[in-house]
Amino acid sequence: MTYLIRRLEFFAITLWAALTMNFIIPRVMPGSPAEAMLVRFHGRASPQTIRTIEIALGFHTDESLLQQYGEYLWNMAHLNLGTSLTFFPSSVGKAIMVGLPWTVGLVGLSTVIAFVLGTLVGMLSAWRRGGILDGALPTVFIMVSAFPYFWIALVAILIFSFTLNWFPLGFGYDLHQHIELSWDFIGNAIWHGFLPALTIVITSIGGWILTMRNTMITTLAEDYVKMARAKGLSPVRIMFMYAGRNAILPNLTGFAMSLGFVISGAILVEIVFNYPGLGYMLLQAVNNEDFALMQGLFLLITVAVLVAVLLADFLTALLDPRTRAAD
Amino acid sequence: MSLNLVADQSRVAAPVGSRSRVLGNLARALVSNRKALTGLAVLVIFALVALLAPVIAPYPPQADLFGQILPPSAQHLLGTTGNGQDIFSQLLWGTRQSLVIAILAGAAATVISVIVGVTAAYLGGIPDHVLNLFTDVFLVIPTLPLMIVIAAYARSGGVFVIILVIVITGWSYGARQLRSQALSLRKREFLEAARVRGERNVYIILAEILPNMTSLIVANFLGAAVYAVLAAAGLQFLGLGDPNDLSWGTMLFWAENNGALLAGSPWWAIAPGLCIALLGGAFALVNYAFDEIGNPALRPVRRRRQ
Repeated sequence: MTYLIRRLEFFAITLWAALTMNFIIPRVMPGSPAEAMLVRFHGRASPQTIRTIEIALGFHTDESLLQQYGEYLWNMAHLNLGTSLTFFPSSVGKAIMVGLPWTVGLVGLSTVIAFVLGTLVGMLSAWRRGGILDGALPTVFIMVSAFPYFWIALVAILIFSFTLNWFPLGFGYDLHQHIELSWDFIGNAIWHGFLPALTIVITSIGGWILTMRNTMITTLAEDYVKMARAKGLSPVRIMFMYAGRNAILPNLTGFAMSLGFVISGAILVEIVFNYPGLGYMLLQAVNNEDFALMQGLFLLITVAVLVAVLLADFLTALLDPRTRAAD
Repeated sequence: MSLNLVADQSRVAAPVGSRSRVLGNLARALVSNRKALTGLAVLVIFALVALLAPVIAPYPPQADLFGQILPPSAQHLLGTTGNGQDIFSQLLWGTRQSLVIAILAGAAATVISVIVGVTAAYLGGIPDHVLNLFTDVFLVIPTLPLMIVIAAYARSGGVFVIILVIVITGWSYGARQLRSQALSLRKREFLEAARVRGERNVYIILAEILPNMTSLIVANFLGAAVYAVLAAAGLQFLGLGDPNDLSWGTMLFWAENNGALLAGSPWWAIAPGLCIALLGGAFALVNYAFDEIGNPALRPVRRRRQ
């Protein structure tokens, strides 16, 4: 229990840190771009909307910093993120909700695929030390993990969309289609999402493979694995139930840590594919100097990662009795 | 980034006498490792290109002297850009900035990692708790959105802002690794002995702890350099760098904005990306070789024929 409470504590502290960073950045940076945005807003939005944005972006010199901070936290607690300039007059919250399912679907699915596949391949490559898998894979994936996500995306478009014409050039669905829950639309969305997902899997799978392989090598040298062999258990059983089961823990904690990286990469992939998710929205916000939307997106992405980390922590506690017994 | 997870327990070196011997051993181990050698060779080539860019480059990189979107030919090895600049010359010149960012940002991030990680481990108690929490918070917050927000506010700051942003977001991973190694060193006899001798904390950290962590510190620098190469390219690709800079990321930005793929000049986008991948991959290879040197179990095995 202490473990879980400590993790919850960490969640709360990190959330507070992210909120505070979001509050501080506009105030310590030379604020001229944010001011420009505000000027463009005047006459378009109600005084109340402008006030919310002013607080979020750090203009209200007649109030003390502490007062502003309080008001900012109050707004955040009520999910009042201000109004987006790009999607005017809809609020930042509403704009984000449009992009959210696309990103969650794309990143979620490709991360799970990369995790499962990478862990399996890593396990196999450690099991057959010196085999083809073991000899070539680490080097290949060290190289691939150093490739820029967005460049792989560009190459994928060039080969599969542009030259071979197998996949569309971008976006999440055909524009003439209505967003609805029909097989037709889902099929179309999968067809559009295939290349972005493939890109994310290719670039993120290396980390899983290497971590799993390296831990598995250490685990295979343990006495209980030797014992299992001596007992004459089947190799498959030893691989999955004895060695693999214990070697997977660092990969699980790594899952939490790498999620931030994967999301960062996915943002770039979305931009290359014009995929209608949060990453693409973030670029629009940057290009339109829509600072309210930009900060809202930063917060939301951070919160999403924090929740995922918390879930991974809970899962670790469930799987590893040592974390439960600790302290 | 997760490739180093396993290594941190294994890199605890035995206490060593002199710094030069540590570096000598390290250098020897590196040269005999095939991955390290490949990575080092690529790094040396890039360094030479960066130094000799003015000599090797056939044309001035920014001059729009030629036809637009020319295909690759003997005059223009990789063709020309949408503005009629020679892509190959731009590529050679771009090496400079990418390499400088990798080394400066990587080094700065490593210095912060060392300061935070080693201080936390050495002091222990509440300072350790606070610093560790600080590290974890930075570790979890997704880096790219944070980088984008900061860089967007600091618009037109150029290379300096990019390096700053990379350092702010890139130190935490190394700090955690270095802390765990320093923790395992803390209880060693030679440190106890130094304490009993009455040495000052600064002396113990600088002269006793750090030399024993050389290989992990170097590995961290390499990891941070990979991160810097990729992050800088990403930011510049998004247009958050100075658009007049000569770098691979900026080339990609212009290529993307001019629809290089559709316009029939794929090399404009592919070549700089390939260079980024090669540079990042070279750093990553040397880094992984460090893992293998520190942990012999990871070394490739050659099977005997049966």
